Amino acid sequence: MNLAGILVAASAAAMCGSVAFAAEIAPTDVKFEDYAVNASLTGVAGNAEEGAKVFADRKLGNCLACHENKAMPKQLFQGNVGPSLDGVADRWSPAQLRAIVSDSKKVFGPETVMPGFYSLEVGINVRKDLVGKTVLSAQQVEDVVAYLATLKE
Amino acid sequence: MKKISLAVAAVATMVSSSVVSAYADPVDDKLVIDGQEMITRAPAPEGHPFKEVLSGWLFREPETRELEADSFQNSGMLYVERGQEIWNTVEGSKGKSCASCHNDAAESMKGISAHYPKWDADAKRPINIELQIDKCRTQNMGAEAYKFDAPEQKALTTFIKYQSLGAPVKLDLKQGEMQSWWDRGKKEYYTRTGQLNLACASCHEASMGKHIRADHLSQGQANGFPTYRLKQADMVSLHNRLRGCIRDTRAEMPKPFSDELMALEVYVTWRGTGLSVETPAVRQ
Ligand code: HEC
Ligand code: HEC
Repeated sequence: MNLAGILVAASAAAMCGSVAFAAEIAPTDVKFEDYAVNASLTGVAGNAEEGAKVFADRKLGNCLACHENKAMPKQLFQGNVGPSLDGVADRWSPAQLRAIVSDSKKVFGPETVMPGFYSLEVGINVRKDLVGKTVLSAQQVEDVVAYLATLKE
Repeated sequence: MKKISLAVAAVATMVSSSVVSAYADPVDDKLVIDGQEMITRAPAPEGHPFKEVLSGWLFREPETRELEADSFQNSGMLYVERGQEIWNTVEGSKGKSCASCHNDAAESMKGISAHYPKWDADAKRPINIELQIDKCRTQNMGAEAYKFDAPEQKALTTFIKYQSLGAPVKLDLKQGEMQSWWDRGKKEYYTRTGQLNLACASCHEASMGKHIRADHLSQGQANGFPTYRLKQADMVSLHNRLRGCIRDTRAEMPKPFSDELMALEVYVTWRGTGLSVETPAVRQ
């Protein structure tokens, strides 16, 4: 867990006064069963509002680079490399969404264009400062999953 | 878990058919520059993943397409003019210009760059126009090689390629070891790089015709380079563009003119076989 992740987890724990530091699952330990990841990656419930920010932020999820999402009409330039995410929660359960966001290759197969956001199975020649790092933190994945779960039609 | 496996099967079908369904978007339009029609669609050579190769011009917005079609509006033409001045300028210890050996480029360079990269027996590797210029400068003019992307390098390359405007791209893979460089370039094209784990083929083959943010993904053809990019308000060399695409996968960028990028240039240029040289093309 990086420092920012620790701070987020710590402050989240402090806010709800719950038991601090539920064990975070390392990217290499995430368990995929039947195209789903059932266990929370952090033990801290995802925050959909935060997830929406991570989803749209070009430096974080940048999900709109490849996906349209009518729930974000103010965001210009939504891509269509992947399917539209309108009503995505009607098609996939939270555990399946967690699997897709963490490592889409485990769900769609190795050929998919979608990057894995919590996976260390990445391409060659990774930029030096990113070696051994995932695109999103475990809590950011939980937040994005919480946001995706709100996308119903 | 019937529902899930159905969903997965549906997605799998989508994936396998994606090359076909992505074929939709490029416009049906003709590119005519100074009365000469460019070949913007050509039947693909054997062994190519697509049936038809398409110029990046067909994927651009109407205003951008218009700029390329009109030589008076195309800012790339300023670099052609600048390149012509350099062509005629004496430099180096031997007191020569390009024109001292090659005279009028309109004749001596006509059609030439449609066949680059080509095998260089001295260097024992393929060279592109930039490296051919450097070879002439160091060996025949007693001048220094240009630094990568020096304004003079871009202008002179643009000028020389412009002499082949309209000529169909065709490489000779039988020269020297061109074929093994092509093989290497092909392997690179399908190798995923960076933290985002994307290959050239992820964007320019599997997602061709789709939008990634505001960008309409083309086949990633090399026939328009150096291209005038509106975003940068400058000429962009091919190796600069390739490095940018690789950087966007969050990978380390290979060095300009490295074996890695030369192999990729050979393969990517071949993927555009039959398209007209469009230098200086205009892109966003
Ligand atoms: C570079 C492109 C790209 C990016 C970036 C991307 N995706 Fe995807 N995504 C895809 C593709 C392509 C598919 C379809 C699966 C396939 O065809 O392989 C997909 C599928 C999905 C699906 C399943 C949709 C359905 O209806 O079946 C979800 C959910 C999803 N992505 C969420 C996300 C989220 C959340 C992010 C950002 C954190 C994201 N994607 C970023 C390309 C991308
Ligand atoms: C993340 C997506 C992505 C990846 C991966 C990618 N590119 Fe691109 N590339 C783009 C976009 C976007 C453009 C600009 C729009 C266009 O022409 O497709 C572009 C443009 C190009 C162009 C200019 C095309 C023209 O007509 O001006 C070339 C050449 C190119 N890419 C080659 C490559 C090669 C070779 C690789 C692999 C080393 C690669 N790209 C990887 C997204 C990508």
